[in-house]
Amino acid sequence: MSTHITFNPDEMLQIVAPDGSCHESLDPDLDATALRRLYRGMLLTRTVDIRGMILQRQGRIGFYVPSTGEEASQVGSAFALGPSDWIVAAYREPGAAYLRGLSVESFFHQTAGSGKDLLKGRQMPSHFGAKSANFVPASSPVGTQIPIATGVAWAAKIRKDPMVTLVYFGDGSTSQGDFHTGLNFAGVYRVPIVFFCKNNQWAISCPFAKQTASGCVAVKALSYGFEGVRVDGNDILAVYVATKRAVDNARAGEGPTLIESFTYRVGPHSTSDDPRRYRDDAEVARWREKDPILRYRNYLERKGLWSAEDQESLQAELDQEVDDAIESALASPPPDMETLFTDVYEIPTWNLREQLEQAMQKVGQ
Amino acid sequence: MREMFYSHAIREAIAEEMERDPNVFLLGEDVAEYGGAFKVTQGLVGQFGKGRIRNTPICENSFVGVAVGAAMLGMRPVVDIMFQDFITLAMDQIVNHASKIHYMYGGQLSVPIVIRTPAGGGRCYGPTHSQSLEAWFMHVPGLKVAAPATAHDAKGMLKAAIRDNNPVVFVESKLLYGQKGLVPEEDYVVPLGQARVVREGEHLTLIAYSRMVGEAERAATALDREGISCEVIDLRTLAPLDLQSIADSVVKTGRAVVVEEGCLTGGVGAEVSAQIVENCFDYLNAPVQRVAALDVAVPCADALERAALPDAGKVMATVRQLMQKYG
Repeated sequence: MSTHITFNPDEMLQIVAPDGSCHESLDPDLDATALRRLYRGMLLTRTVDIRGMILQRQGRIGFYVPSTGEEASQVGSAFALGPSDWIVAAYREPGAAYLRGLSVESFFHQTAGSGKDLLKGRQMPSHFGAKSANFVPASSPVGTQIPIATGVAWAAKIRKDPMVTLVYFGDGSTSQGDFHTGLNFAGVYRVPIVFFCKNNQWAISCPFAKQTASGCVAVKALSYGFEGVRVDGNDILAVYVATKRAVDNARAGEGPTLIESFTYRVGPHSTSDDPRRYRDDAEVARWREKDPILRYRNYLERKGLWSAEDQESLQAELDQEVDDAIESALASPPPDMETLFTDVYEIPTWNLREQLEQAMQKVGQ
Repeated sequence: MREMFYSHAIREAIAEEMERDPNVFLLGEDVAEYGGAFKVTQGLVGQFGKGRIRNTPICENSFVGVAVGAAMLGMRPVVDIMFQDFITLAMDQIVNHASKIHYMYGGQLSVPIVIRTPAGGGRCYGPTHSQSLEAWFMHVPGLKVAAPATAHDAKGMLKAAIRDNNPVVFVESKLLYGQKGLVPEEDYVVPLGQARVVREGEHLTLIAYSRMVGEAERAATALDREGISCEVIDLRTLAPLDLQSIADSVVKTGRAVVVEEGCLTGGVGAEVSAQIVENCFDYLNAPVQRVAALDVAVPCADALERAALPDAGKVMATVRQLMQKYG
């Protein structure tokens, strides 16, 4: 008897080939408005990324987490959800947040820690979200959001609420105990959740092969009693189709799915990291050629839905949107000193009221 | 008033809150048919069904994490950690998530969970089933820490904790489960953050919580016969501390001894002593003293465990010494 469960890591769902040609029978047949919306979401994410990195290098913001190369994974998956579904994010999914209606302006207010930040200048830059969009921002210790997301989904099931929860995490998170416990619990209680792993192959400096001996992430679902799916993470339509199926199954009461979106972290882990110290430039160059935005643009052009003029006018529009957002965020004053003490508890305790008084006296001096 | 076991008072609090609010539910290891390791939740599954009394896989970090998520969606989970020692396995979810989510996300989400957990030794269970780790949680902004000493307070404070919109670590005592106390018939809560004067005295204030309140009372009764009059304060809640009640008493007596079952170094007594010194220094006639567990793991052998843990005798010895030197 074999001690290995067979799962071919080379097999993954792909609908659009790098040249833009499409596997017709798998094409989800989205209408032109939807197809353009997906493109806009990816290009916006890339445009923000380029500017975000520059702002940090200029010292105008403290920290930034890029997601270049992973736009299809973010936008395609988020597009498969309805507005009342919840997303529990890691920290490399701003594209999913924009798609759910959170503005680039609010993203930069968060990143700059301005007084208009919805998170009141408290959470780490790029750890962005809002309850109004049912988008829970990352806490940051990796993988810890997985059992929390299982709890959100479980509570929905208990309350007979038809919402589905999708949780993002990276390949590095799959080594955490929380990955195991979150998936195990979800499998036991068959909760309506989609575990979406963006396997970008690098967890800071740790390559995927040193993260796990499994060969791929999707295979791990087998041990929790539900389906694992591997998808070309640079193909936005494949990501959408795989996620939509998982979401529909969850909503129909068929329990969780683990999706492994196979992609690549083209940029550094964050602005605090120089990946040239630990990985080969040639590898990065190979993946740059697999750019998900370019591939999807080829697909749209083949369909007659995109032109050079469309590209130029959209890029100009996005540049303006990002410029305005940055200007607004950097011009905003920081949060008020009083807010330092609010929300520690629902009602401030005596020691916090005392510390507030002392802090305000110091400000006064 | 009825006489009731501390454990039954806790069960009644859970049942009443579950009746009152459909969002309240219980989860943890073996809490359903088995009734919990100390039979605190016995019978609840018959009353409320498996939908609201939920057994979980054996993983503290997952079921605390899952409870955090459920709370974010509006549920009010009561989580059972079988022994307080096992809370270490859920520390990330408590310290980095439950306590911070309301603050970190700008007040947009709340985590109204109660983490019930029996602490303390005295049953020869050894180093990993006998600890009193509550001081750790006083150090984390965003958490409330409750530690009732009587059946009355166990019920009233647990009801307050379940109704609280902040995460609460609710410290129970294994040895108190089998103790009886008077519990009112009618609905009541004991607000978190209010200490209780257990007995009045003149010469010295004994400050204790949970099981050590009884030890302090025994010491006070015996010391009274020696002419030393002790006031006994039950802190009830460790976070937020009721500094006002502590200060009122210490200003009156001029001396304070803090009694706790956890280890001496970096313990609850360290914080209480510092507060007394900072706020009541001019009224003190003697240095503040602490009676606590020795700085060792709690041993299994009965004689060694007794030697390691504080009790009424050790409180009396400390008080006598203090009064001899500073009386």
